[in-house]
Amino acid sequence: MSAPHPETWLQTRPEGLYCLPGDFYVDPHRPVGRAVVTHGHADHARPNNEAVLATPETLAIMRARYREQAGGTLQPLRYGERERIGEVEVSFAPAGHVLGSAQAVLEWRGSRVVISGDYKRRRDPTCPAFEPVPCDVFVTEATFGLPVFTHPDDGEEIRKLLTSRALFPERTHVVGVYALGKAQRVICRLREEGYDRPLYIHGALQALCDLYRELGVALGELRPATATSKQEMMGEIVLAPPSAIADRWARRLSDPVVVLASGWMRVRQRAKQRGVELPLVMSDHADWPELTRTLEDVGAPEVWVTHGSEEALVHWANGQGFRARALSLIGRGEEEQEVA
Amino acid sequence: MKDFAALLDALIFTPSRNGKLRHMQAYFATAEDPHRGWGLAGLTGGLDFKSAKPALVRALVEERVDPALFRWSYDFVGDLAETVALIWPAQPGANRPPSLDEVVTRLRLAGKSEVPGLLAGWLDALDATGRWALLKLITGGLRVGVSARLAKTALAEFGKVDVAEIEEIWHGLEPPYGPLFDWLEGRGDRPEPNESVAFRPMMLANPLEDRDFESLDFAAYRAEWKWDGIRVQLVARNGERRLYSRTGDDIGRAFPEIIEAMDFEAVLDGELLVVRDGLVAPFNDLQQRLGRKTVSAKLLESNPAHVRLYDMLFEGGDDVRPLPLDQRRQRLESWYGAGRPRFDLSDVLPVAGREALAALRAEARTAGIEGLMLKRADSAYVAGRPKGPWYKWKRDPLTLDVVLMYAQRGHGKRSSFYSDYTFGAWRDSEGGDELVPVGKAYFGFTDEELKQLDKWVRDNTVDRFGPVRAVAPGLVLEVAFDAVHPSTRHKSGLAMRFPRVKRIRWDKPADEADRVETLAALVETA
Ligand SMILES: [Zn+2]
Ligand SMILES: [Zn+2]
Repeated sequence: MSAPHPETWLQTRPEGLYCLPGDFYVDPHRPVGRAVVTHGHADHARPNNEAVLATPETLAIMRARYREQAGGTLQPLRYGERERIGEVEVSFAPAGHVLGSAQAVLEWRGSRVVISGDYKRRRDPTCPAFEPVPCDVFVTEATFGLPVFTHPDDGEEIRKLLTSRALFPERTHVVGVYALGKAQRVICRLREEGYDRPLYIHGALQALCDLYRELGVALGELRPATATSKQEMMGEIVLAPPSAIADRWARRLSDPVVVLASGWMRVRQRAKQRGVELPLVMSDHADWPELTRTLEDVGAPEVWVTHGSEEALVHWANGQGFRARALSLIGRGEEEQEVA
Repeated sequence: MKDFAALLDALIFTPSRNGKLRHMQAYFATAEDPHRGWGLAGLTGGLDFKSAKPALVRALVEERVDPALFRWSYDFVGDLAETVALIWPAQPGANRPPSLDEVVTRLRLAGKSEVPGLLAGWLDALDATGRWALLKLITGGLRVGVSARLAKTALAEFGKVDVAEIEEIWHGLEPPYGPLFDWLEGRGDRPEPNESVAFRPMMLANPLEDRDFESLDFAAYRAEWKWDGIRVQLVARNGERRLYSRTGDDIGRAFPEIIEAMDFEAVLDGELLVVRDGLVAPFNDLQQRLGRKTVSAKLLESNPAHVRLYDMLFEGGDDVRPLPLDQRRQRLESWYGAGRPRFDLSDVLPVAGREALAALRAEARTAGIEGLMLKRADSAYVAGRPKGPWYKWKRDPLTLDVVLMYAQRGHGKRSSFYSDYTFGAWRDSEGGDELVPVGKAYFGFTDEELKQLDKWVRDNTVDRFGPVRAVAPGLVLEVAFDAVHPSTRHKSGLAMRFPRVKRIRWDKPADEADRVETLAALVETA
């Protein structure tokens, strides 16, 4: 008997991607009975599921964000361990996206599907690197699924920030970063580039920075950006959520240089629209070369493409001999539009 | 190429003048010769080489990229040069990235047919920012928000000299400006100005403040109309002719009829205007002539240029700048004689005392006149803006009470504030009165008022589109402006010159603001 085609046992439903023989959803958009969650970003990890299976780090992130609404039973599963849900074997492989991020590997009757969640292929000091897992169907994101997106080396971007600080020593550099992942990666990369002054952080970043530290990621000295005078903030670097950097909150800073770390900063018009003075092209999502290389590395004959520029990646993949199609999932990619 | 590309990239994102100056200074300090000289030429519009049309760039990329992927990408990015820069398949190691010197010198020598090959080879070797900068350079027009004057100011700060010194020698210099950098870095003498056609830094006037008015010794001054045109310096020496703007930019190409009429040997100071049948046309008519590399016969005919002269700096080889104004005026008048086509003299107005002069200024409401100039009869012509010898006394601006309609976030220091305001006036429509936008202002208010305006905008927002908020019609602004003229760009059919917020009329109900007809009645007819 040949293995069943994944189309027969995975369905898109209003709640999200549903696995029939396991009776669970992967990254459901609404509360469900049983959820397998790839990582802690809010468009993947929602509150109030009855049972959640995720990596221990992702569960810790969900607890920090949602407190008692993180879910009913929270079951941890480490990278590489296996768990049977219904008739399905579930395991996690590192996705390299943020701390705890995983690809969900589902196997049923000899057929294997990898739902990669969000991923990137570059080095990130805050989480383990993506591991390609051979499979029959690979479900990929396509946030930066256009060939105009080739993210530069992040060292170059971090050095741009340090160069700007040297050029404007009297100004505060306020860096817009997403609270989960980007913030901690920017901090770690600044430390690796030799920046050892205290970093100032917006209150919205505090809890997740604390959690990263608890989970063993060294961030150096962090101070709250509140209750400091303009004088003290001269020449300092402040990290804040993107929504705060060009708004009233930033008025307390000394003639701030508005910086935003995001893959969207590759397109100048986008940076200009947001009033960004120093765009840093840094993303936790795969760029076009990483996406295409990943399809080749994984080698799945069939590819389902979700959140982002599906049509371009589907077009490319079909041209390369993959069977590719778009998989539309409600609510996915909302955060990426903002701050990937 | 890398540091020049990084400079351009930084400049387009840096809103403040000071920030731009800082970036340029850092570039002059760190880039090497001759590259930084070419960079300076790029910033001051002094690069002249074979350019490439966007169509060529597009053809090159379409040979290399899947057309569907290119189309989706172009739709997403919106700008051709940027799309190409980002999507160009890099060939790392194919060859060495070119230096700016290599790009400029090879393009200068290249034949038209060689350009595509050169360009493609360079695009292969550069990174995305380098490709973007190269494409901006080669398709003409850097558009990074830097004027030639600002670049020279940065250069002056870098070399710790006065910008007037650079302007004085500028037109004797050629890119890549080796001797200039040698001088600025203390390795060489100051280059000699090219005497024949050098720009001489102009003498500028200070605004006449109320307290100056009270204490001014009117008998010692001469008065002239302040013309609403462009201040120019005409240089005709040894058979060469130049027309310079106030900042020393050579604008002769846009005004060939003036250049043609300069059959004299002198350096003169005057106002460039469009004049039809002896009457000065609105500034807008002159504006249409600016910034052109070539001028159509039609425009030459419809918007004829003219210079109204008021001072003389050199007559032949004679430097008359040290002479008092009255003597320079005499020399100007006898030189002018019975008249010269395309030129006339600006009248010297009688100064019959304080009150008479104030009355004259109040009358100055016809097209082409912005107010009065007051110049000391004994003033020598000196560069810069000395306090005392020359004053400008602008007429009172026009004002209108308008209603705030939209607010947009500012840039730089103001990026957290809604600081750019679009305002409207009332007019009849089928459904009763409607507001129609008549202008946009982003200065004239204090920092404190900006905070209040920002709060009002946030509290009264009815809609948002990106960085713009639409507000309920509830706040009246008194705006001041210098003139109003017909315009097809605005829905109201009118455009204001230099609108600024004069007062916030917290007290005034929106329905008592002015009407479009009131504004239309202020249009000046020549
Ligand atoms: Zn994510
Ligand atoms: Zn996502």
